[in-house]
Amino acid sequence: MEMMTAPEPEMLAQTLRDREVVKAIWLSISTAGAAAGLSFLFGTPLAYLLSRTSFPGKRVVESIIDLPIVIPHPVIGIAILSVAGRNHWLGALMQEAGIHIMGSVGGIITVLTFVGLPLYVNAAKAGFEAVGPRLERVSRTLGAPPAATFFRITFPLARRSMLVGIVMCIARAVSEFGAVVIVAYHPMIAPVLIFERYEAFGLKYSQPVAFWLIAVSLSLFLLLRTLTVREEKQGKRRPGGGPAGSELAGSGLS
Amino acid sequence: MISIRNLSVDFDDFHLREVDLEVEAGDFFVLLGPTGAGKTVLLEAVTGIAPVTAGSIRISGKEITALPPEKRHAGIVYQDYALFPHLSVEENIRFGLKYMRQAGGAAGRHEQRDIEERFDFLAAELALHSLLHRMPETLSGGEMQRTALARALITDPEVLLLDEPLSALDPAFREEIRRMLKRLHADTGKTFLMVTHDFSEALSLGGRGAVINNGRIEQTGKIAEIFRKPTSPFVAGFVGMKNVLEAEFFESGTLARTGGLELRLASLEDRPAGPPSSGASGETVEHGFLAVRPEDIVLSTEPIRSSMRNSFTARVQAVIDRGMACEVLLGAGSTKLTAHVTRGSVLDLELHEGKEIWCSFKATAVHRF
Repeated sequence: MEMMTAPEPEMLAQTLRDREVVKAIWLSISTAGAAAGLSFLFGTPLAYLLSRTSFPGKRVVESIIDLPIVIPHPVIGIAILSVAGRNHWLGALMQEAGIHIMGSVGGIITVLTFVGLPLYVNAAKAGFEAVGPRLERVSRTLGAPPAATFFRITFPLARRSMLVGIVMCIARAVSEFGAVVIVAYHPMIAPVLIFERYEAFGLKYSQPVAFWLIAVSLSLFLLLRTLTVREEKQGKRRPGGGPAGSELAGSGLS
Repeated sequence: MISIRNLSVDFDDFHLREVDLEVEAGDFFVLLGPTGAGKTVLLEAVTGIAPVTAGSIRISGKEITALPPEKRHAGIVYQDYALFPHLSVEENIRFGLKYMRQAGGAAGRHEQRDIEERFDFLAAELALHSLLHRMPETLSGGEMQRTALARALITDPEVLLLDEPLSALDPAFREEIRRMLKRLHADTGKTFLMVTHDFSEALSLGGRGAVINNGRIEQTGKIAEIFRKPTSPFVAGFVGMKNVLEAEFFESGTLARTGGLELRLASLEDRPAGPPSSGASGETVEHGFLAVRPEDIVLSTEPIRSSMRNSFTARVQAVIDRGMACEVLLGAGSTKLTAHVTRGSVLDLELHEGKEIWCSFKATAVHRF
């Protein structure tokens, strides 16, 4: 609360006019969105695979996916840098392809995808698991090929969980600092900017930026909260989600 | 119609071994077996969901063992109905129509008009017209089942597979659905393959059937035939023959000795021939099993003069009240028998533990296998 009330309205308005601040917050949001997009793209098949199949080493794969949740964030940054460095084959390959991780928007997105993906995969996986395999089987016997079965049965029923996963992924990415600051101090995302303003000018100057970042993050969490509350209400009547997801999917998040 | 040869399946924890099954076109075939016998897995092997490790499945002469489920034209109605929860009753029923129009071959010939006709026919037959806009979660068990049946039948499958269609229903609905299934089978002329663990369901619905146990087919034939002449102790027990005894058979199989009892059997031509084992010269001794239905045993305080050729005394070991009837456990020598009598008989005969009583039954009531 102190964070939200301490800055004066005048300061807040002024901060909003500060191009550096707007740029940083926009960069935070857009890279987080991109990370969520990548998570959706790669995490959806992965989550589906994990929910429907069992194979030797599945637990190991699941642990690796969860790893970014448990290890300290600067360590993630350092790990990414070591892999992306010139001395590593992957890094060399990426340099060859013109992809630079160090100090680039691409680097920020890589880091944010890394920390956000586990949240999306776990949420989507839970959603897929809640859809009975029998529904998919019946769909197949009715003539629907696997892809049609996924888009007509599995996806609509797991849509809500996937959306919750996306929101969690974005929220997690927006709040990331430790890993990003190591990989890309510049261009500056909002948390790094806040850190710099605090270091250089003190508390009073970092607070307004923090205010706006919190405002953005909070609205994301509010949205997440409404979604989960609705999910619980729906879940009581309709296990496995429902058709109401369509109106939510249109809320501009995905 | 459906021809299953030497089929082996390993799916989840269920295993089928060397299953042979022949279902004729238009039949209402009932696959019977206790829970966990592999019945549902057999259905899922026919639909293409359970992977086949050996053997072959043909539908209407077409080899389908390697085809994906969507190309097999085998509809299934699961015990839990598996309705799509996000679609209305009508959307559920129409789900598969899209693929019929796309598919070539037999299914592709159906015109829109035929489809609408079939939709109306099924909606009327299954009394679904008033439910079309409801969501599955608002339906009763019977309504869900009718929806699932319509959803499977509208795609005009070659065969309809029914997974325990009656057991999940309220007993009050069961009779209604049983009659409906019978009518639906007659009106559509489709081949139905149903699995159940309830023999009485099989008797009331099925034409032909098979009994499966531990992933193997134990007996195949007309349901009434299986009921009358079980060929193995398991089937005998499964169809409700309580008194299954191991016995030695003499005199061309018309005399049986078991646990100190000598029993007369009807002549051979009524029974399936068992493999004879080497016996003494002149007289052939065969080993096997016999069974007597509890309801075929008549109890009396005096020996009765009648055509019943088996008559002996036994001691009452227990009288168990089963509601409509009473079960009387009897000991004759080392043989234990169960008889079913009415409550009135228990009073008339003054049956109680330790009482000596006459047991009689006809030679034709003794089943040998």
